[in-house]
Amino acid sequence: MPATRAASTVALAIDRIACDGFGMCAELLPELIELDDWGYPIVGDDGVPDELVDHARRAVAVCPVLALRLVARAAPPAVSERRS
Amino acid sequence: MELRIVAGPASAAGPESFADHAARLGGIPRGSRAADVIPTLEASGLLGRGGAGFPVGRKWRSVASRDGGAPVVLVNAAEGEPLSAKDRSLLELRPHLVLDGALVAADAICANRIVLYVGSAHRDARASATRALRERPDLRVAVEIVDAPPAYVAGEESAAVHFLNAADARPTTTPPRPYERGVGGRPTLVQNAESLAHAALIARNGAGWYRELGRAGTPGTALVTISGADGRGVREIELGTPLGELAIDSGAGRGPADRQAVLLGGYFGGWQSIERSWDLPLDPVALGEAGTSFGAGVIAFLGNDQCGVRATASIMGWMAGQSAAQCGPCVFGLRAIADATSRLANGSAERDDLARITRWSQQLAGRGACRHPDGAVGQLWSSIRVFAGEWELHQVRGRCSREILADWAADRRVA
Amino acid sequence: MSTQIFWFATRGSGIVALILFSVVACLGLLAVARAQSPRWPRFLTVELHRNLALLSVAFLALHVVTAVIDPFTSLGPAAAIVPLASSYRPLAVALGVISMDLALAMVVTSLLRERIGHRVWRAVHWAAYAAWPLAVAHTITAGSDALTPWLLAIDAACVLAVGACLLWRLTTGETNRSRLAAVTAGTADPIAVEPAWRPD
Repeated sequence: MPATRAASTVALAIDRIACDGFGMCAELLPELIELDDWGYPIVGDDGVPDELVDHARRAVAVCPVLALRLVARAAPPAVSERRS
Repeated sequence: MELRIVAGPASAAGPESFADHAARLGGIPRGSRAADVIPTLEASGLLGRGGAGFPVGRKWRSVASRDGGAPVVLVNAAEGEPLSAKDRSLLELRPHLVLDGALVAADAICANRIVLYVGSAHRDARASATRALRERPDLRVAVEIVDAPPAYVAGEESAAVHFLNAADARPTTTPPRPYERGVGGRPTLVQNAESLAHAALIARNGAGWYRELGRAGTPGTALVTISGADGRGVREIELGTPLGELAIDSGAGRGPADRQAVLLGGYFGGWQSIERSWDLPLDPVALGEAGTSFGAGVIAFLGNDQCGVRATASIMGWMAGQSAAQCGPCVFGLRAIADATSRLANGSAERDDLARITRWSQQLAGRGACRHPDGAVGQLWSSIRVFAGEWELHQVRGRCSREILADWAADRRVA
Repeated sequence: MSTQIFWFATRGSGIVALILFSVVACLGLLAVARAQSPRWPRFLTVELHRNLALLSVAFLALHVVTAVIDPFTSLGPAAAIVPLASSYRPLAVALGVISMDLALAMVVTSLLRERIGHRVWRAVHWAAYAAWPLAVAHTITAGSDALTPWLLAIDAACVLAVGACLLWRLTTGETNRSRLAAVTAGTADPIAVEPAWRPD
């Protein structure tokens, strides 16, 4: 049986108007944030796994324009609860 | 099909006067009957016609249930989509139908202010609306006309509210949303002009009447704007009409071979091959399932002698220039994509251009404050899918299949 | 003599505070200029700037406290907060007081950044362009041995460093944000449609 990851309760959210492509968030959280050809962040839809939450907070704090935020996220349903 | 929105005098007669309108349709429900309007709209299944297709009754209910002051009705006739003419035509020729809808909405949500947000380039529509307001004896709320900037994004819901609040017609990300706190901090109903026209008729005739027309499970009728056909212009269709039937009716040929492709939805929409979509029902549900969208009802046919790559490049170039210039990914991404598609279109493509636009557009979706880049990129994706061979030819050979065939025919030499 | 200890402490902590303050200013300018190299990631500039700013406040506090309790200077606590309230070289001390007040405003707003929002924070942070020069001016005028060669050398080094970083910041060209409008500008006309109405 495959190991299941704990459903994450927080996710990254970016204010796209405030973001100016400094790119330090990607330096501090390369597992979840990558930069496009112009230095702007690309973030996946999945939440932040528990083991990366501290790194995520550090990335949020470093942003000079406060464009990165951690938001609460409704956990996806567990496999057994999904309706067929 | 029974004409509903477009019923009335021919367009050559100009805007319909209030007297004619009242004689033809009678009055709208006011007072206590207004309280029934929201459930009626919900039962009718009317969907918004501004592009998002949100259920109209539900939208009115959510604004009506807000605290925060008397609501505002914002009639959205900005129509910045270049391939759409329905809202300005409707406002020009049937202004009282739109005003009826706005008044019904104002009554239903207890609004005390109506704003007609009319695209500044649509001068005939604006003049007609101004005249119509003067003719009207039954305005019990303050109504004003505001010129919407001609930019594409100015018609977006939060952009319209932002313009009225701060003279800045750019979309915003910060909550609250307009239905909570919009114009002047009050709950605001931003509704497309055509949606209000349908609401005005449903308020008179009931939900059942609205549902009498419509096919394939989506009730009612809708205005579409047809181009690339002899019978081009604004037309009312029954929702669910197959594309092929509309193509024949509007003079876009007699069969699938007479046109190359069709752009559905507008600059924000998607290309479809005529062959594969001849039987496609034109309604929001079916088009959504087919991976495109009904949008603002744009149906633009591409002739067999035209180049899909060129048309797409032209659209991308314009969409890049229409960015609100607030978000880096949209500004830089769309510009890079537009430049690359332009090079592909005119035969000067660099080696990786097609691969690059594929990569850039994959990265771009969802990374702006509004849906502008998503729309542009969605349209590009559909073009690459539908005109796949042409894009390859432009990348590799620098020219269209038409040009290559024409050259070969002119050459008359077999290699 | 025991009172000499306060004088050493005030001078020492003041000089360290100035040096730290200058490094903080350099890092701030480099952060805005988005300086980076393969071995120096950008986040380091910002985090170091913030940590050293807090450290410089600590030394600044030491500097002010030792100056006030030094029996020789007869500076009351008021003089440490209110400009021109000191009887000893009032103008020179006032420069330091104003610089410190501005620096404290920047530090407090930075600590409360997430609560007050970026715009307010940024408006207050412009005070840096006044706070640092005032600190240098205070150093040159307030100390009784301010004009000794080694202290002047330190002052010169600080001014050169910050000046160089300021030059870097001014010559890095436009930021992303200022280019957005220019890159967007397009002149192409859209494929449009005539608004005919059917049936006509």
